[in-house]
Amino acid sequence: MSEIAVESFPRIRTGAKVRPVTQDAPVTRYLLIATTLVFSLTFLFAPLALVFVEAAAKGFSVFLEAFSEPDAIAAIKLTLLVAAIAVPANLVFGLAAAWSIAKFSFPGKSLLITLIDLPFSVSPVVSGLVYVLVFGAQGLFGKWLSAHGTQVIFAVPGIVLATIFVTFPFVARELIPLMQEQGTVEEEAALTLGASGFTTFVTVTLPNIKWGLLYGVLLCNARAMGEFGAVSVVSGHIRGLTNTIPLQVEILYNEYNTVAAFALSVLLASLALVTLGIKSFLEWRHADALAAGGGRH
Amino acid sequence: MLGPSGSGKTTLLRVIAGLNAPDRGRVYFDGQDATNLPVQDRRVGFVFQNYALFKHRTVGDNIAYGLNVRPRHSRPSREQIRARVAELLKFVQLESLGSRYPSQLSGGQRQRVALARALAIEPRVLLLDEPFGALDARVRKDLRRWLREVHKETGLTTIFVTHDQDEAMELADRVVVLNEGSIEQIGTPSEIYDQPVSPFVISFVGEAVALPVNVEAGRVTFGDRTLHIDTHGLRSGPARVFFRPADIAVATNGAGELEGRVESLRRTPAGVRATIAIDGYDQTLEIDSPLDQAAALGDRVPLSLANARIFTVSDTKTDYVDAGEGI
Repeated sequence: MSEIAVESFPRIRTGAKVRPVTQDAPVTRYLLIATTLVFSLTFLFAPLALVFVEAAAKGFSVFLEAFSEPDAIAAIKLTLLVAAIAVPANLVFGLAAAWSIAKFSFPGKSLLITLIDLPFSVSPVVSGLVYVLVFGAQGLFGKWLSAHGTQVIFAVPGIVLATIFVTFPFVARELIPLMQEQGTVEEEAALTLGASGFTTFVTVTLPNIKWGLLYGVLLCNARAMGEFGAVSVVSGHIRGLTNTIPLQVEILYNEYNTVAAFALSVLLASLALVTLGIKSFLEWRHADALAAGGGRH
Repeated sequence: MLGPSGSGKTTLLRVIAGLNAPDRGRVYFDGQDATNLPVQDRRVGFVFQNYALFKHRTVGDNIAYGLNVRPRHSRPSREQIRARVAELLKFVQLESLGSRYPSQLSGGQRQRVALARALAIEPRVLLLDEPFGALDARVRKDLRRWLREVHKETGLTTIFVTHDQDEAMELADRVVVLNEGSIEQIGTPSEIYDQPVSPFVISFVGEAVALPVNVEAGRVTFGDRTLHIDTHGLRSGPARVFFRPADIAVATNGAGELEGRVESLRRTPAGVRATIAIDGYDQTLEIDSPLDQAAALGDRVPLSLANARIFTVSDTKTDYVDAGEGI
């Protein structure tokens, strides 16, 4: 009886390598890894590297000269100004939105969550056009605005508004799941211990979301400085006045001033690299903090 | 406060703390109306179910929190706070763990930190929301004993929410039994055990068997058998008789009010627990009997009731009659 039972199983070959069932055959593995590598080298890394190569093509002095151009300086200043307004604004809006979504329940909550995503799903050009329709000379508030001597479209306020719109989701999206997961129980504990609402926010809520918040601000900032579509529509491309770095790059490129165009691009690309670097660092810190169940000091 | 999950224990506790607002009714602290007092001003020591420790603060900072957030004029000095924290750490037997983070503590230790944090503000009342819910049985038992000592030492009025009847009966001077958002009974543990006022209380606190019976002019019948239970004027109609495993025994004189067949036997620390299928009833009941009287499997045994309670099927409390000794 027992002999038959043993015989009906395939013999186990001694010395044969046993592969875990979740691991694919070596060929499949190498093929997948190679595909991913080739793809990312060709389409992600090579273009980025080319930016730096092109910028340095005619020597370092030419590269530096591009930055002494008054229009370039104006563009850099404007970009910094726009980010300096849009990022803090979205920090406040994002916090408020995440707070209300995560900690309260109210009618229309899911609609609000969907609305926050709107800037991600709408083409930036469309959002730029919407601002023209609302604030432009022929737009909804155009008459009222020009009567009060304010110009929004083809001026700095329009660029700031369009940037705020496009970058709105970054902070909020980062914080909503985080705050939802954390719930309100620590805040309630603080309240029973006598802390006021504001004290609770500063001493309990903020430390709990600081990494997520920083991460959201970083992404928001990168996008605010790099936004092209929406800003392009509302800016009017007035040199030295309403051109941000991305718009200036396009103008220079269209004028076949490749070195200057790539020099400014280097600035944006570096921003992207620094953002990615800090983002990875934060993720590492964040994961560490999460694993320890809280931040280290 | 004792009740099954969803009975409103936690909600009631949160209303007392000021974390929820009551739809109706008022909250009094020492005869003083606190209904409109904000939670910060109620001075309640609330211990949350999952501790709710501030995970980014050390144990010491957690305990000091309630003192640190006081307005400047009433805030103790740094040294005073430090001394108070040390004192509380000692009190909860965690002297050496003040600089740890909550994630580095065991469940029982976290629980004690949560209690120390709540005690730091010198609360008027201590509110504990299933504080031992997430701990294993052994730790629970230790903490239960320890909590009793804490209560004795602090003398604080303490409201303890639990779904565990043993916990409630062991810790409480007075037990509030809740069901579906309303209070079923308030009483000492003995009162809850011996004089349950509703079918819910008797079946929730301790095991109980419900036997469907009929009341006809003061006579209680189960099928064609008559049960000797005093109805104390319970109105006629369908009713239910409740009794606990300890209230039913194998009749020694051979003539019981009920008869059944032994379905299974199980050894318990005290004796033998027998599952018995009662004639004319589709459910089984369990009785405890001492080792020497144990019947054999499949035996037919006469059973007699002692100390059964009868309630009409409408389950209204006014119809309650404690039938006392049934023979």
